[in-house]
Amino acid sequence: MSDTHSNTVAYVRKTMLTEQAPPSSQVGAVRWVRENLFSGPLNTILTLLGVLCVYYLGVHLGPWFANSIWNAGSLSECREILQGASGACWGVIKDRWHQLLFGFYPQDAYWRPTIAFFLMIVAMAPILFDAVPRKVLWFSAVFPFLAFWLLWGGTIWLPLLALAGFVIGYFAFTALQKVSALAAVIGAMVAPVLWWLFFAGPLDEVLSNALPIGIKHIQSDEFGGFMISIIIGVTGIALSLPIGILLALGRQSDMPLVKWICVGFIEFIRGVPLITLLFTASLLLNYFLPPGTNFDIVLRVIIMVTLFAAAYMAEVVRGGFAALPRGQYEAADALGLDYWKAQRLILLPQALKISIPGIVNTFIGLFKDTTLVVFIGILDPIGLSNAIRADSNWNGIVWELYGFIALCFFIFCFGMSRYSQYLEGKLKTDHR
Amino acid sequence: MTEAMADRKVDRSHMQVSDEVAIQISNMNKWYGTFHVLRDIDLTVNRGERIVIAGPSGSGKSTLIRCINRLEEHQAGQIIVDGTELTSDLKNIDKVRSEVGMVFQHFNLFPHLTILENLTLAPIWVRKTPKKEAEEVAMHYLNKVKIPEQAHKYPGQLSGGQQQRVAIARSLCMKPRIMLFDEPTSALDPEMIKEVLDTMIELAEEGMTMLCVTHEMGFAQAVANRVIFMDQGQIVEQNNPHDFFNNPQSDRTKLFLSQILGH
Repeated sequence: MSDTHSNTVAYVRKTMLTEQAPPSSQVGAVRWVRENLFSGPLNTILTLLGVLCVYYLGVHLGPWFANSIWNAGSLSECREILQGASGACWGVIKDRWHQLLFGFYPQDAYWRPTIAFFLMIVAMAPILFDAVPRKVLWFSAVFPFLAFWLLWGGTIWLPLLALAGFVIGYFAFTALQKVSALAAVIGAMVAPVLWWLFFAGPLDEVLSNALPIGIKHIQSDEFGGFMISIIIGVTGIALSLPIGILLALGRQSDMPLVKWICVGFIEFIRGVPLITLLFTASLLLNYFLPPGTNFDIVLRVIIMVTLFAAAYMAEVVRGGFAALPRGQYEAADALGLDYWKAQRLILLPQALKISIPGIVNTFIGLFKDTTLVVFIGILDPIGLSNAIRADSNWNGIVWELYGFIALCFFIFCFGMSRYSQYLEGKLKTDHR
Repeated sequence: MTEAMADRKVDRSHMQVSDEVAIQISNMNKWYGTFHVLRDIDLTVNRGERIVIAGPSGSGKSTLIRCINRLEEHQAGQIIVDGTELTSDLKNIDKVRSEVGMVFQHFNLFPHLTILENLTLAPIWVRKTPKKEAEEVAMHYLNKVKIPEQAHKYPGQLSGGQQQRVAIARSLCMKPRIMLFDEPTSALDPEMIKEVLDTMIELAEEGMTMLCVTHEMGFAQAVANRVIFMDQGQIVEQNNPHDFFNNPQSDRTKLFLSQILGH
């Protein structure tokens, strides 16, 4: 700044140095091995122990896999073929795979859950990947009703009338929006509920009698296997996120009534074990419903699992909101965005991005918790494994059966985990 | 004294102050809990005025301008912005906020949106401008703040000075009649202060009504037509910049000026 300084400079660089290649000790495989495996005495010991563990696992599991037997009708048949050698008896999977996948669903209707499964992938694609055309989202919106019809069967009128409830809600919303925003929201919630409670049922009966278009009805107690895990898991996942977001917003609300309802709900549901809620769903809930209503057990379980996950989700999402700088709220306010626009366009996208690991954590937890339904008599894969082991043919089989179930769960959960990492990478907008 | 202003000639031809009142604050008081942050503030800002608010930290200067677009709520007195009184009525608040632009110390750009999306968001969703038109306006202002080539980058990829210029452009896209600046250069490296001040000077030259909380006294001398000095939640002194700097009246002002200009 001052003139005196420049006179005291004794050295002035004339040329700037160019970048040079690193020395050989900084690159290559040798450096990697030295740095990652043998960087000190402790790490060297741990590396050697690790190698030893892998060796023993290989020695013992190798033959077990190598001697795998696929064609056997019972465990004793496997043992005969093996004659005392170690070997996996995968015959149980080959013999009972259809039960593990579909439970006691009628064999001639296996095509229905299979089609529903592949349609589910189509319906999820536009939600998970933005390369998929946006128009497919219309199919995603219709898919739940289509899947319901495919899985449970019956006439097409019930799912159509249920879908109509949402359409009615939409029209109520647009019609009342001219009156006021609050009236529109209330109308959009009340109109479909009234429709479902008082009109959908009788209309369904009339239409089903008049035009019985449909497929064979299948009872919920015939559902089972991974089919039931996926039905409960995917529905729970799809519903718990939006409900969780609303609860998180409600918990931060300035309106005391909304706030305390949300806090009460979250704290109560989080404070109760899931298994208690499931017993409530299977045993107690019927006492609170009007006599004669037959509320499907799978739907009851889905509601409980969803509410349970939503309470956790709310707290995860609230954590995301709490991590946002105050300036983001202020900037949104200063630009004149109202509450919902600010939430939807500015705050929620950022809060959800921060919460991705926690959200996926909750999803994975929910999916694995679906195995708890075995305690209320729903035959999920665990329940079926017990049934299979009770059969005299497969009495005593453990590793192959549980290993297969574990592998299937692992594929789903690992898939979710990988997807969340992909999403985090894609949404990363800082220092790119 | 900042040197950022040294090479900048300010064109005063459009800097006319009209008789029309833009902001009228009368007898306004604000408390944080029991702490009395703003005390009996009376301030009238005419259209086209460029006001610099100075003062030590904690003197309430930021709080004052944040009350003007209701980022902070005042508890007593009256604030009328462009004929609209700020009350708890949300309609009035939204109306005022869409007329008043604000630039923050920490830019507060939206990190998940590109620069262009940052600029078009409010015009599209608040003003209901068609997307294409909003993008044209956005590019116009990006050109004005001299970073049109950054339109498709994310805020995290820009330097502090560039981010602050984007923040100014974002406010301008709403075509505000009043601009509030809350220490716009305080979080910037010295090398970047100039580019932001240049943008602000250009804005002043076009006749924008501006209220700036800043420590850039060079800026105050170059463009302000009034300097307000605040301490302990009160307006201690206000004057034109020439008299304010050369002939301060109160002891508190003299002390403050000697501290920030002394080195």
